Amino acid sequence: MMLYIVILFLFAAITLYFLLGGADFGAGIIELFTSTDNKHRTRKIMYQAIGPIWEANHMWLIITVVVLFVGFPVIYSEMCIYLHIPLLIMLLGVIARGTAFSFRNYDAVKDEKTQAFYTHIFVYSSFVTPLFLGIIAGSALSGQIDPKATDFAHAYIFSWFNWFSVSVGFFTVALCGFLAAIYIVGETEDVDEIKRYIRKAKIMNIAAVICGALVFLASHFERVHLANWIFGNPVSLVAVIAATISLVVLYLIISHRKNRQWIRVLAAFQVCMILISVGFSRFPRFVIFKDGSSMSLLTEHANSNSIDDLGIGLLVGSLFILPALGYLYYAFKKKDR
Amino acid sequence: MDDFLAARSQMALSLGFHIIYSCIGMVMPVFMAISHFKWIKTQDPVYKNITVAWSKGVAIFFATGAVSGTMLSFELGLLWPGFMKHAGPIFGMPFSLEGVAFFIEAIALGLFLYGWNRLNNWVHWTAGIIVGVSGVASGILVVAANSWMNSPSGFDFVNGQYINIDPVKAMFNKAWFSESLHMIIAAFSATGFAVAGIHALMIYRKQNVLFHTKAFKIAILFGAAAAILQPFSGDLSAKNAAKRQPAKLAAMEAYFHTQEYAPLVIGGIPDTAAKKVNYGIEIPGLLSFLVHDNFKTPVNGLDKIPVKNQPPVAVTHYAFQIMVGIGVLMMLIGIIYFYELWKKKDLLSKSWFLKTFIWATPLGFIALEAGWTVTEVGRQPWIIQDVMRTSEAVTPMPGIQYSFYLFSFIYFTLSVAVIFLLKRQIQMVPELYDRKTA
Repeated sequence: MMLYIVILFLFAAITLYFLLGGADFGAGIIELFTSTDNKHRTRKIMYQAIGPIWEANHMWLIITVVVLFVGFPVIYSEMCIYLHIPLLIMLLGVIARGTAFSFRNYDAVKDEKTQAFYTHIFVYSSFVTPLFLGIIAGSALSGQIDPKATDFAHAYIFSWFNWFSVSVGFFTVALCGFLAAIYIVGETEDVDEIKRYIRKAKIMNIAAVICGALVFLASHFERVHLANWIFGNPVSLVAVIAATISLVVLYLIISHRKNRQWIRVLAAFQVCMILISVGFSRFPRFVIFKDGSSMSLLTEHANSNSIDDLGIGLLVGSLFILPALGYLYYAFKKKDR
Repeated sequence: MDDFLAARSQMALSLGFHIIYSCIGMVMPVFMAISHFKWIKTQDPVYKNITVAWSKGVAIFFATGAVSGTMLSFELGLLWPGFMKHAGPIFGMPFSLEGVAFFIEAIALGLFLYGWNRLNNWVHWTAGIIVGVSGVASGILVVAANSWMNSPSGFDFVNGQYINIDPVKAMFNKAWFSESLHMIIAAFSATGFAVAGIHALMIYRKQNVLFHTKAFKIAILFGAAAAILQPFSGDLSAKNAAKRQPAKLAAMEAYFHTQEYAPLVIGGIPDTAAKKVNYGIEIPGLLSFLVHDNFKTPVNGLDKIPVKNQPPVAVTHYAFQIMVGIGVLMMLIGIIYFYELWKKKDLLSKSWFLKTFIWATPLGFIALEAGWTVTEVGRQPWIIQDVMRTSEAVTPMPGIQYSFYLFSFIYFTLSVAVIFLLKRQIQMVPELYDRKTA
């Protein structure tokens, strides 16, 4: 019973990190692809939106890691061994991005040159970090991790450097950009800005659809039976259909520029459905190896005492975290009205 | 450089870097809350300006501490998968609670930094207090996890299997209290002295004297008080080490031969091959007294420990000497400060007094790094004392030295960047934070 609560927290933390942290990465990605003359405006709006909450958004990554290493230590350590390199690059991205963002805002002297330097680091690391997060997630499912490999390249490089993992990486980047654009549409009152961000959201969405197609294409080449997993499983199938319908609804609302809060909910819903459809299709398998064997959340967990204590810790912890987080979001929404 | 040494170096570097930022990020909010409180009570704008100026510093340090902490939670697995595979579920309890405390800290910090003119004064102040409290709680919890490695409990190790796991018992292992106490006091004294030193420098240069004087007084109050308390907590830690990690204690003291009236060796160069210390000052009986509260009872020396289980003696001994030496010095400075304060002398106009504090700015952090060297090097060759060797825990992936070089470069760059930013903060005090009193 407690095991299922822990697993629920694990997936909830991953999803929330994708939605909140992902939108944060997206803000940097959008800045990267914004023309120079609009950069300043873009930055101001985005800074207002993510400034107070970005630290909290990234705590979901910490929760994910802690749940993994306390609750599923074997899965955590195997991933750490065979995905060492992408994890390392992702972490370098986390370091570069977090420090560049706060240095940019808290540097007492705001001269052009240093600000441009921080921005440079911020936007590129905002791209690299979700790319590698996606690659790591893709690698867990790609079936390219090979504990029996004897040479360096097969054990530590091809485990993640393959068409499938890399295309999942780009798919993640596009989704992050899409989330951020949609999020910002709801942040500003300026009609021109809204138009601009709706256009950006559409471009990011098209990019996501293209990358999504690439993922399927790559899965065919790499013999990952993605289509079978998703379409052969009722829950995943329903989730994919729901995601597609929500996309259509989203476009309708955007075109009529009606309720801007709804498009946020729909975008978040869409991303959730994608995660559910993939997560559910492989559940309880978390990491799949080259020889077809896999590590399951239902068998590779820690002893029952540790799981029980972890579950209680998470339940009690969320009693503190969730109201505080709610208040944080509320306090910085209220001011605009 | 071989992979094992590279992995150890990378871990040491990452921890050594993270400790500085997390200590400042944990202690500064407390200072901030004090000056914030004074502002709300007295409405003296200088206190508000100090609070705002400090909070900018906290934001920089917190972000750096948060990302380097995220890095560490992965590095545990990236570098030591063999350790985490078994230890994760046992000592994970404090980590999951720390995750919660850290999360709350991040939320409260967001509220605090962006709450000026938006939140009610007292709600805003409470957010600042929560940052401090959850920061200190995180510190205690993380050190409790480390103390489990020194004093493993909450499981039975039978035929290479870890059974009967009890995470709560593991968290409240026998070393958690003394080690956490020592760390928290160290954080306060190191940060207090560092902050006070920087403000003393500005007073010495006669810039924004009122602003810097008020800031100095808040910081040194904590720094000096902590420095005076620290030797007592150190004594507790040493007794704990004597009981549970005799090899570590013997290496700290470079104490080779078990004997009655065990001497305390001050300074000196340990010669491991000849099993003696050259040029050290020996005070007979004092080690026995410190460990057993009586001058005669023998203390176990390195000769009771098989050579393959001994930590590197020289490094541990030097680090210990540096820590204790600086600790004593800081305690003396603290006592002088309180004495002169009691005598109501106008110290901050005396240049010798200011110079002492300017000179003492980095001392606390040097002692802190030395202290961690004692804890970690003194536990070698074990990663879990008497249960798992560090060499059994290391990742099988070759080429770790390249990742070590990369990290050295990154942490070096970040350190330079933070010093650069701090300098600019201080430079801008007259313009940004203290226009009126300038």
